[in-house]
Amino acid sequence: MADTRKIVLEVLRYTPGQSTAPTLQQYPIEFTDDMSVLQGLQQVKDFVDGSLTFRWSCRMAICGSCGMMIDGAPKLACRAFLRDFLPGPLRVEPLEHFPIERDLVVDISDFVDKLGRITPWIEPREPRSLEQGEYLQTPAQLERFESFSHCINCMLCYAACPQYGLDSRFLGPAATALLHRYNSDSRDGAQAKRMELVNSEEGVWACTAVGYCSEVCPKAVDPANAVNQNKTASAVSWFARFLPGRG
Amino acid sequence: MDTVDVDVVIIGGGGAGLRAAIAAAASDPQLKIALVSKVYPMRSHTVAAEGGSAAVTLAEDSLEHHFNDTVSGGDWLCDQDAVEYFVEHCHEEMVQLEHWGCPWSRREDGRVNVRAFGGMKIERTWFAADLTGFHMLHTLFQTSMKYPSIRRFDEHFCCDLLVHEGSAQGVVVIDIATGEFSMILARAVIIATGGAGRVFRQNTNGGIVTGDGMALAYRRGVPLRDMEFMQYHPTCMPGTGLLFTEACRGEGGILVNRDGYRYLQDYGLGPPDPWPRKKAMELGPRDRLSQAFWHEQRKGRTIDTPHGPAVHLDLRKLGEKLLRERLPQICELARDFLGIDPAQAPIPVRPCVHYTMGGIPTDVNTAAPLPGLYAAGECASSGIHGANRLGSNSLAELCVFGRVAGEQAARFAREAPAPNGVSLRWQAQDARGSAVGLLARPAGGERLATLRDEMALAMEQGGGIYRLEPEMQATCKKIAELTERLPTVNLGDRSQCWNTEWLAAIELGFQLDVAQAMAHSALARRESRGAHQRLDEGLTERDDANYLKHTLASHVRAGPPAIGWSEVVITRSPPGVRAYGAAGESKEAAVG
Ligand SMILES: Cc1cc2nc3c(=O)[nH]c(=O)nc-3n(C[C@H](O)[C@H](O)[C@H](O)COP(=O)(O)OP(=O)(O)OC[C@H]3O[C@@H](n4cnc5c(N)ncnc54)[C@H](O)[C@@H]3O)c2cc1C
Ligand code: SF4
Ligand code: FES
Repeated sequence: MADTRKIVLEVLRYTPGQSTAPTLQQYPIEFTDDMSVLQGLQQVKDFVDGSLTFRWSCRMAICGSCGMMIDGAPKLACRAFLRDFLPGPLRVEPLEHFPIERDLVVDISDFVDKLGRITPWIEPREPRSLEQGEYLQTPAQLERFESFSHCINCMLCYAACPQYGLDSRFLGPAATALLHRYNSDSRDGAQAKRMELVNSEEGVWACTAVGYCSEVCPKAVDPANAVNQNKTASAVSWFARFLPGRG
Repeated sequence: MDTVDVDVVIIGGGGAGLRAAIAAAASDPQLKIALVSKVYPMRSHTVAAEGGSAAVTLAEDSLEHHFNDTVSGGDWLCDQDAVEYFVEHCHEEMVQLEHWGCPWSRREDGRVNVRAFGGMKIERTWFAADLTGFHMLHTLFQTSMKYPSIRRFDEHFCCDLLVHEGSAQGVVVIDIATGEFSMILARAVIIATGGAGRVFRQNTNGGIVTGDGMALAYRRGVPLRDMEFMQYHPTCMPGTGLLFTEACRGEGGILVNRDGYRYLQDYGLGPPDPWPRKKAMELGPRDRLSQAFWHEQRKGRTIDTPHGPAVHLDLRKLGEKLLRERLPQICELARDFLGIDPAQAPIPVRPCVHYTMGGIPTDVNTAAPLPGLYAAGECASSGIHGANRLGSNSLAELCVFGRVAGEQAARFAREAPAPNGVSLRWQAQDARGSAVGLLARPAGGERLATLRDEMALAMEQGGGIYRLEPEMQATCKKIAELTERLPTVNLGDRSQCWNTEWLAAIELGFQLDVAQAMAHSALARRESRGAHQRLDEGLTERDDANYLKHTLASHVRAGPPAIGWSEVVITRSPPGVRAYGAAGESKEAAVG
């Protein structure tokens, strides 16, 4: 891979309170075919401009730190490869729909707060002591929620969600997927509590079924599916209120 | 400077820090707990662990087996009291995670499934596909949200440990988004900051794994123990160092050289068949496998890749279906980074630095030799890994000793006096002064990355799989030189807000201290044991008469560390021969 090629990275720079407006800065770099966009940014930071700011850690698409808009689409920088964006220039911007903290770093505290509100833990359907060992859960039961548990909280789906862009009160794709993950877990008994949130104004009803969230998800979580299933579920529980014999 | 008062402050939101926070909160809801992490907890490097976590589970397995595998795997440098406590508590911790929702992979009957890892007599690795660390971390993080008494300081960088009259009483943190400093005063401090693999060049670690907590304690007089032992993982991606989990081999993958030959049989790990077979061939311990690679390279039997020599990890026999089900992340990594489908072609791999066996010394209660200070996880030297960690013992350690740390720190905090705010404020001001001083330097000087890269290269050269005295000395010299150059480094970024270049400079300071402890400890250990192998004449064998001891590197202002020694705790397993493959089988048969 001694063969290097050239591309220009065109990166959004902005420091609230210091910059008057976001600007685009161009950085020509040389790269080899196995280099990710993250490695390109690192090269700039290390050897050209130490002030360029972005988050990263694992380099292997699992920590969820490095989400950004790459060529206009939300992607993980460590899993997007420079070779795929020739001839360039390659535009790199912070994730859409989030306030910028600096350059490519956005404020995701809104999501972290939402995560805290979906009851993201097991409230046991049946209590069980440690001495009794694990709950039994068949591979089929595991499969009902497993894919929804693959969410790495990378926020690409929020950047893809037009509804979240309009009104950030919307619970949004990943939080709904995780809510659904717990609701579909055979060990859990807190469905009713979570469905209150689903049925509220900020719940799934705000979704306009665009489906772009699932398209951009790097972990095949399919948050759109979670939202849809909950639309059905919440419709059922809503109608159920009018059936005789129910409270 | 703002002051926050709590009972227990925990530095680190990885597996160990989160488990400690939950344990402290659960033990006493009245306690005020601060959890500080320089990244959001779910970004911590525990997230990258793939293979699994150990716990004796099957009827044919026993605590005795887990104990023996761990102690012999560690080349008898383990503290056996810690290993005993550890193996007894792994299972309940794994069950606890299960109760909290961890999506462990299951058998048809609904019980949790286990797989084999290297150096393991009987399958005992709990796994969640090849995303075990990811699921453990998210389960712990989400469960921690249940406890209102845990106050999180996400994206806060700890730059100093506060000590008053010989006890740990708090920390100084920087809010990364604003650059503002605060002092968190606490009656007990837990360090859970993870390993230090980034001091080496090719490694499996995330960018945040810079040994901060080890250096924080070291600078405050806590010696670092067994720092010469760094684990090289045998199957990593050349160049990036990204890991292909040992579970690849646990599921039946093989390693072959350029001739398609399973070379491990030439290094006391054979015979090759039947396969898979526990504690043999590809399921030998990591140190042995990495050493075998080194010899193959010397013999010219490796494969050339653009990023240097490699051997082949061949998973084709596993078949498409099993690969997708058990090793989905491995398939993804191979496809994205190498353009390889493991069902169709072998993956080039080489050993890379993976795990820091040494660290802050702790006893069975996770107490460090500084009252009020506790440590858990990879930053600690809990005594269970000895000279070579057994795969899947680390994730289990995070839970077992993370819980102990939370409970012990909570107990200590209930009895400890309130921190001395006045004296600590001066210390905190000092810490701020030296951190901010880096930003006030006139422009000009070397780039940070230049120093960082020189450090990583020097560590690789003098701290490799095999080590030679002159190279080790050169590394010690180089680290000292870099430490002198560090204060003159040029920081182009002068902003207070989100200044990651500045934080990286502070981290590099931590790394150089840790690197120094590693290099000098290695030089002092004049024998070969586990992950520390010397080629110097007369030093190529284990020497129990002189070196069945832990190294203790103590920080010395402006000079190399002082190296001391401490006893290894041996309760019931006297040092023996580490035998794997056929030799190991006949040895075990003889014992009965
Ligand atoms: C690729 C890979 C695969 C692995 N696979 C396995 C496996 O299959 N089985 C196994 O048993 N082990 C495995 N390991 C080892 C194991 O994952 C780690 O040892 C373990 O996860 C470390 O956890 P920890 O909680 O100690 O630290 P980490 O998870 O690294 O967390 C450290 C925390 O400290 C915080 N921190 C650090 N410095 C500061 C500071 N200055 N200020 C504030 N916060 C700070 C960080 O933000 C982070 O929250 C693997 C390791 C790697 C790298
Ligand atoms: S659902 Fe997918 S895109 Fe959204 S945060 Fe989770 S992993 Fe990222
Ligand atoms: S660096 Fe972790 S997801 Fe990209």
